[in-house]
Parts: sequence; C-alpha cells; structure tokens
Amino acid sequence: MSTVDLHTLTGAYALHALSDEERGAFERHAADCEACAREALELSETAARLGLAVSVSSPSALKSRVMRRITAVRQDSPRVVPLTRPPGGGIRARRLSRWALAACVAGVAAFGGTTVWQYERAQDASEQARRSERRTDAIAAVLAASDARTAGAELAGGARGTVVVSKSRDEAVFIASGMAAPPSGKVYQLWFDDGGTMRSAGLMDSHRTAEAVLLEGAVDGASGMGITVEPAGGSAEPTSDPVALMTFPA
Amino acid sequence: MKEAVHIGKNPSAEPDLQDLMGSVALGDQQAFAGLYDVVAGPVIGVVRGVLRDQAQSEEVAQEVLVEVWRSAARYRRERGSVINWVLTLAHQRAVDRVRSVEASAAREHRAALLDHAPEYDEVTEQVEARLEREQVRRCLRTLTELQRQSVTLAYYRGLTYREVAESLALPLGTVKTRLRDGLIRLRDCLGVTA
Repeated sequence: MSTVDLHTLTGAYALHALSDEERGAFERHAADCEACAREALELSETAARLGLAVSVSSPSALKSRVMRRITAVRQDSPRVVPLTRPPGGGIRARRLSRWALAACVAGVAAFGGTTVWQYERAQDASEQARRSERRTDAIAAVLAASDARTAGAELAGGARGTVVVSKSRDEAVFIASGMAAPPSGKVYQLWFDDGGTMRSAGLMDSHRTAEAVLLEGAVDGASGMGITVEPAGGSAEPTSDPVALMTFPA
Repeated sequence: MKEAVHIGKNPSAEPDLQDLMGSVALGDQQAFAGLYDVVAGPVIGVVRGVLRDQAQSEEVAQEVLVEVWRSAARYRRERGSVINWVLTLAHQRAVDRVRSVEASAAREHRAALLDHAPEYDEVTEQVEARLEREQVRRCLRTLTELQRQSVTLAYYRGLTYREVAESLALPLGTVKTRLRDGLIRLRDCLGVTA
C-alpha cells in the first residue's frame, strides 16, 4: 500500500474499521508521520462524540456489580512513563506522534485484550505478610549474587546512594544512607530508567534515612534508576524533577 | 424504545474527568464511582449499538468498565481525552466481540450480516432519535449521504470498511475516503481538537 493510501486510512483507523493487518501497516506508517497520527487522534476524539451521543441510562444493578468486582481486581501499574516533558522542538514532535498514535488504539493493545480477568485476584492478608519477608530475603539474594555489580553516587545534601544490580536475578537493590527525610506528606519514589522513560520501582520508607530497598519489578534492560519526591502514596508518573539519577553498573 | 435518554456530561467538563482518572489510578474507589456515573451511559450505548444484544452488551460493558479501573494508570492525557480513552476501549471491545462471533460462525453469519445491512436507515434513524446532543445531530446532517452512511455503519454497527463497501456496493477506495472526509467534516463542525 502506498504512503498516500495509508494516510487516507486515518478515518477507518479511528473507527476500528480496519483489519488487524491494515491496522498494523497504518500504525507503522503513523509512527513516522506526525500529521497522520495527529489526524487519527482528532478523528478518534470525533468518533467519541458519536459515542457520547448514544448514551443510555445505565442499569443500577450493573453499577453494583462493577463496584463489587473492582474490589477484587488488582490495578495495573503504569508500564512506561516519560521522566520529564521534552522541552519542545523536534523531540517533542517525535514523541507526540507515538503518544498520539497509541491514543488511537487507546492503549487497547496494552490492555492485553483477551485475558481481561487474568490479573484479577483477591489479595489476602497473609500474602501481604509473606511479601515483606520475601523482600528481605530477596535483598540478601541480590547482594550475595555472584554477578552482583555495584555503583555509587553522591546524592543531594551529602547523602550517599549505592545501587547493586544482579543480571542473573534481573533485580536491583538501592541502598541509601544519610538521606534527608522527605517533606511532610511526601515520599521518595524509585524509578527504573528505560532509556529516558521512567517506570515505577516502588516507594522508600519515609521514616528511615538509611535503607536498603529492593526495586519493585524486573530490571528488564533498564539503564539506570531515578528518585523523585512524590505525594504520599506515590505517583503514576514522576511529577517532579529527579533528586537523583544513577546509571546501573555495566 | 422506551429507554430514558440520559444526558451525558459535556466533554468540556474534561478537567474534572482527568482529576478523577488520576485518583482512580491510585486506587480510589470513590473516584471510580464518580467516573462510572459519567462514562457508563455512553459505554453501554456504544456497546449495545454494535452488539444489538442486551445480555451480551451488558457483559461486554461490564468487562470494559472493570478494565477502566484496572488500567487507569495507563491513561495519559497527552494521548487524548478521558472520554475518548474509555469509549475507544468500549468500541474496540464491542467490535472484537462481533468479529470473533463472526469468525466462529463463519460465512453464513457474514452473509446474514450483509443481508441485514440495508437496515442502515433504521440504524441511523434509531441513533438519531436517541441523539441527546443537538450538536452531533446537527453536524451529522452536514455530511453527504454517503459519508453519513459510511461513518454510522462503521461506528454504530462496528463494520469494517470492507463490509461497509460491500453493503453499500461501493468501491473500497470510495469508502476509505468517505470515512475520512466524513469524520473530518464532523470534526470541524463539532470543533474537536486534539
């Protein structure tokens, strides 16, 4: 299909009227075509207005069912988030097209489609208790791993951070000493740096100034880590500039 | 149809929705209840339009709404409005369901679907009767007949553009173009920006 043909697919794309194959072809094209991605997003927003126009009253029984279900459904953590908003210019345009494009499928691909219920699972209390025990063991295992590599860095205010990465375990531990307590109502949040985009790796205990923390999630090729100050409970994506950025040892 | 028509929240209330989404992403069930009240009506409307089966529609709508809760942290405002995010998911899920049913029921079902395609007038009438937003109704009228038929068959019935072409006996290229220029005309009429 020619480029011109692909561009005319914006309408059909926004309406989910393409075959999987054509959708793939369009997405590959739009990844490099800012105008196409922008148009597809606008047309998708337009289609949403068609949807709003056929709103019906929702049965109250459905709301009760949904509200009951969500208490047993574990929420996804954000997969990939940008650390900072690009300051504009070319990088921004590039990035926008990818974001905009993703919008058109509205993360439908990322939702994981067929296995809607697979994440669903009640979290019982004993699971929580076992988890903290396992975390301590996991920290020890990373530090003791035969392929553990260490990198250190001076942090703001004379604090010191050390990160230990084990490739074989695909895990990392961050050790802080002398860190100032976060401002009231705030926490330190840890992030994996996936080539410039940040993926949450959990929170630090705000009552301790020296702590070893197992980063939540697999290293999975991350090139480093960052720390930001976030509102209590943490954020889905960084909302402030990092107080520290560290590159993982090679 | 005696269904009460529910006046959906105006998309200009979007900043509220974005705040709600932020709280939902952090596990706030109260915030989800608020979001639910805004999006459930349109979600059911979209899904029901495509599936045309009450029981299946409710099942799919429920899946969609639970998925909104589960995946809230994936929402990014730079990728569009909250309502678009939710309704895109709803439409996609409804279309997936229709097409998987089609795939398993194979050709005779497809033939039946196309036999029924001349119902588009009825579809459009029904839709138009239920249009709660004067603006959308007015803007749909500014489309040419072909644009309007193509867009409504694709969106409200969940047809692929190939199916639209077959049911309207038009060349593929024509339908592709009608879907695009029809939506562009709607976009401009509605003043949609992204």
